[in-house]
Amino acid sequence: MFYREASQYKTSYGADQQIFPILQDRMGFLALMAIVFVVVPILGNDYWFNGLLIPFLILALATLGLNILTGFAGQISLGSAGFMGVGAFAAYNFVLRVDGLPILASFVLGALCAAVIGVLFGLACLRIKDFYLIVATLGSQFFIEWALTKFGWLTNYSSSGVITAQKIVILGVTFDTPLRRYLLVLGVVTVMALAAKNMMRGAFGRSCMAVRDMDVAAAVIGIRIFRVKLVAFAVSSFYCGMAGALWAFAYVGTVDPEAFGLERSLQILFMAIIGGLGSVMGSFLGAAFIMLLPIVMNLIGSTVSGQAIDTSVVAHVEQIVYGVLIIWLLVVEPGGLVRLWQVGKEKLRLWPFPR
Amino acid sequence: MNVGRVTRRMLAVVALGVGAVGSTVTLAAENEQFFPMIGWRTGPLTPLGVNLAGGWIDYMDLLNKRDGGINGVKLTWEECETAYKVDRGVECYERLKKGGPTGASAFNPISTQVTYALLDRTNTDHIPIVTIGSGRTDATDGRIFPYIFPLGTNYLSTNTVKIKFIGSKEGGMDKLKGKKIVNLHMDSAAGKETIPILEAQAKKYGFELTNIAVPMPGSEQQAAWLEIRRLKPDWVILREWGVAPAVALKTAEKVGFPANRIVAVPFAGSEDDLTAAGDAAKGVYVVHPMPPGEFPVTQEIKKYLYSGGKRGNLDDVTRMGTVFYNMGLTYGVINTEAVRVAQQKFGKKPLTGEQVKWGLEHLNLDEKRLKELGVWGLVQPIKSSCADHEGGGSAKVFQWDGTKLVPVSDWIAGDKSLTRPLVEESSTKYAKEKGITPRDCSKEG
Amino acid sequence: MTFFIEVLVAGLLAGVMYSLVALGFVLIYKASGVFNFAQGAMVLFAALSFVNFHAWGAPFWLALVLAMGVMVVLALLVERLVLRPLANQPAMSLFMATIGLTIVIEGVGQLIFGSKTHRLDLGIKDVPIEMLGVGISKFDLFAAAVAGSLVLALVLFFNRTATGRALRAVADDHQAAMSIGIPLTRMWRYVWALSGGVALIAGLLWGSRLGVQFGLVVVALKALPVLILGGFTSIAGAIVGGLIIGAAEKLAEVYLGGVIGGGIENWFPYVLAMLFLIARPNGLFGERRIERV
Repeated sequence: MFYREASQYKTSYGADQQIFPILQDRMGFLALMAIVFVVVPILGNDYWFNGLLIPFLILALATLGLNILTGFAGQISLGSAGFMGVGAFAAYNFVLRVDGLPILASFVLGALCAAVIGVLFGLACLRIKDFYLIVATLGSQFFIEWALTKFGWLTNYSSSGVITAQKIVILGVTFDTPLRRYLLVLGVVTVMALAAKNMMRGAFGRSCMAVRDMDVAAAVIGIRIFRVKLVAFAVSSFYCGMAGALWAFAYVGTVDPEAFGLERSLQILFMAIIGGLGSVMGSFLGAAFIMLLPIVMNLIGSTVSGQAIDTSVVAHVEQIVYGVLIIWLLVVEPGGLVRLWQVGKEKLRLWPFPR
Repeated sequence: MNVGRVTRRMLAVVALGVGAVGSTVTLAAENEQFFPMIGWRTGPLTPLGVNLAGGWIDYMDLLNKRDGGINGVKLTWEECETAYKVDRGVECYERLKKGGPTGASAFNPISTQVTYALLDRTNTDHIPIVTIGSGRTDATDGRIFPYIFPLGTNYLSTNTVKIKFIGSKEGGMDKLKGKKIVNLHMDSAAGKETIPILEAQAKKYGFELTNIAVPMPGSEQQAAWLEIRRLKPDWVILREWGVAPAVALKTAEKVGFPANRIVAVPFAGSEDDLTAAGDAAKGVYVVHPMPPGEFPVTQEIKKYLYSGGKRGNLDDVTRMGTVFYNMGLTYGVINTEAVRVAQQKFGKKPLTGEQVKWGLEHLNLDEKRLKELGVWGLVQPIKSSCADHEGGGSAKVFQWDGTKLVPVSDWIAGDKSLTRPLVEESSTKYAKEKGITPRDCSKEG
Repeated sequence: MTFFIEVLVAGLLAGVMYSLVALGFVLIYKASGVFNFAQGAMVLFAALSFVNFHAWGAPFWLALVLAMGVMVVLALLVERLVLRPLANQPAMSLFMATIGLTIVIEGVGQLIFGSKTHRLDLGIKDVPIEMLGVGISKFDLFAAAVAGSLVLALVLFFNRTATGRALRAVADDHQAAMSIGIPLTRMWRYVWALSGGVALIAGLLWGSRLGVQFGLVVVALKALPVLILGGFTSIAGAIVGGLIIGAAEKLAEVYLGGVIGGGIENWFPYVLAMLFLIARPNGLFGERRIERV
């Protein structure tokens, strides 16, 4: 009843092909944009921007990147953090070594470097499939980490082996406050998420899904599966690279290669799965669940316990509850959080009748 | 570890559940100095996190219970679990930076990764970051890093102490000529950090240096040690952490390299690492800027906090006097002494981070003061200044006898004539990249 | 030449240690199609239970039996609370569930047993003995013997016992196995308990080298290239894969490391496995897939 698309007639091709064809979705999206671009900046404070929202948005972007590869094109990857690292280090070097290059351009160039590396390692997908493909992406993960530590040129011979991100200045505006950085990250993430949503509805997205569901069948109906796979690798690495650049420039400021280790790759993979593979929105839900839930539980834990109880116990109980919640969520809805959302929409559509 | 402790843990779990129902929020009183404690009690580095927090909290608790705080200002603190992750560390920082009546006094992130992430924020928040025994070495240059305090002994100084110790074992620094030293380091940014200082020393003393990298996390080091056996070095410097040190010592035994020719960094030489290696660790040397052992302050803590059925923050009382616990005590001493110094200038009231920063920059912990505090021998004499955020630069050497660390030297001072140029070279480069003008220390009050 | 042989032998023996962890993965993947991320946590948990029972006064064998009991209970719980509700769900969801399981096991382990590093001494010194001029560690030989007997026992179990055959049937085709009356859930319980046992053995051997500490979970990483090279479903593959990976990474580190820089041990096995897979996409002993549209 609340979410009903009946009587919404499309009278032009344009209307039929827009990103959000259903009125309620459109309204919802606009409302969301109004909230994140207007309400949150007015109400939020440093804690919200620096502590929660900026890392959440960046990780969601990386998750989205992985989701394009794993969720849509069916190629499993454990190398996302490595590509983030390429993006961050390449962007740093572009700013450092090319005078007068606009910072956004160097982000894009950094992300493109990540895309190139992604394709190189992705070449293995020409022969290798399924879980076996992990080997290629894990190899890239460890290789990138090694190379970033190994070659001093990449860090401008910093004695600590770290890069220090330069100031972000766009059109004379310095993005130095948490609020401005939040808006920058939000802007980039919004544009890229919409682009991803659009891409995945189009010919490329559909061929991706065909390849994911069964690549032999996809080849039979004339999809060039290797090209699709490689493009998926490129796009995915591009997204991860951009996320890495943002991580270094808009979030932590100073990073060493360890920040882009395997643990981060795994975290991104968890986010993609728990959010729901093959969904743009799921990437955001998953990132929120994996990143924010432990923090929420820590907040609850520390308010509830005070100083009276052994803090180690609180920390372990938090961890256990977190793990149990993951399992419970999967038992309830193996398709991830985004399935819950879809079920919710279905219920709203039929309400007040039960399904 | 005993059955009683398990029961106590179980009870605590139940209590946690009950507490959830009947908890009340206590209001912060006015006359309090607030310390945020971002650390961890879960994850792979748990022994470090738990015991360090134990020592630190016990020390602050002692000041509260024995002296009523610092000049009547009570100390308060709040823990925040980072699970040794960067994003959670930043979240904890943002959560706690405004705690207490005057905001956070100082942050001690312990983890280098979190320190990096907080580097830029300090300039706008005006809260000092204290990174004793970890963190960014070039922050020793206080002109360029006004809010970062790698107090005590930084990585480079520790390294020069090691070479000096090796020299003394060989019978004089001139005897180092022609000796072979292997630097076995983790293949990460932090692991490589001491290579330049070693090269400088190799040039000065004429020893032959070979750097061998061990890939993270270092659970297999057969290749590196076979290489070492082939090189037949006189000494091996072990710059590893996590699971790696135990593996290194075991593998050294396996290839027949004697443990008493290995000098380990502080993070490879805690009781936990050495116990894990078993007999293979017997005889290994460890350099500790924050030495283990019991000191007068330990007795005070036992008297005020652990007697008559009371217990302090430490779960396992046998860990008192261990490397990590004493590290925590050192954190406590340095942070609270900075507050005390700052109080002399700004008055006996709760202070802001900016004021505590002044205190950190004007520390003068000499023998007399350290003896008053009952930490003589635990904390080295520290005299910090606007330009020098290290202040000390010494360390002691210990040898593992199979069950405990036995001191084999007094404080050995690091070689500032070697470390300072490297620090300044790196910090100047940083300043240039970031467009920072170094502050003029002669004008600072 | 002696040096070459020494590196080679050391690598082969290190590979055996990787295989021990990989075996646990293979067992579970074979019978239930689950990529069990929690294997590393199980290794830690098994070793932790053992050292703590031992520290509380249980003699070696009793502690071993008790620790095995803990692993069986864990297997029962996993089957009942995780696998059964998730039967027939996508492999990715099951994989994710085992990650949740990892987090829970790590939390429970630390809650019950604390965070102290324990020393574990199996009474076999890790010292070299000379054999034809090559130094070989006694402990490594012992580990190799254990791994060898374990594989032999598993092969016999899978080929000679009714339960073993039933497990193979389940691995081949869940539905067909069920239709001829093999109880699927019971088989899962068996295989998880079995893999818990393998985790215990791996935990003891790795634990006596690293010390029983939280860091034990990282050994699971070393099993990944072994699995991929050997094939996810082959017990023999886990062993042969381990030997190849172990030898190759040590030789590469020593001989190639000097040329392109040290520390290549981490990625070299993967590149090797990748090149290998490009030639044989299903691993050394993986089953050939026939794809139909």
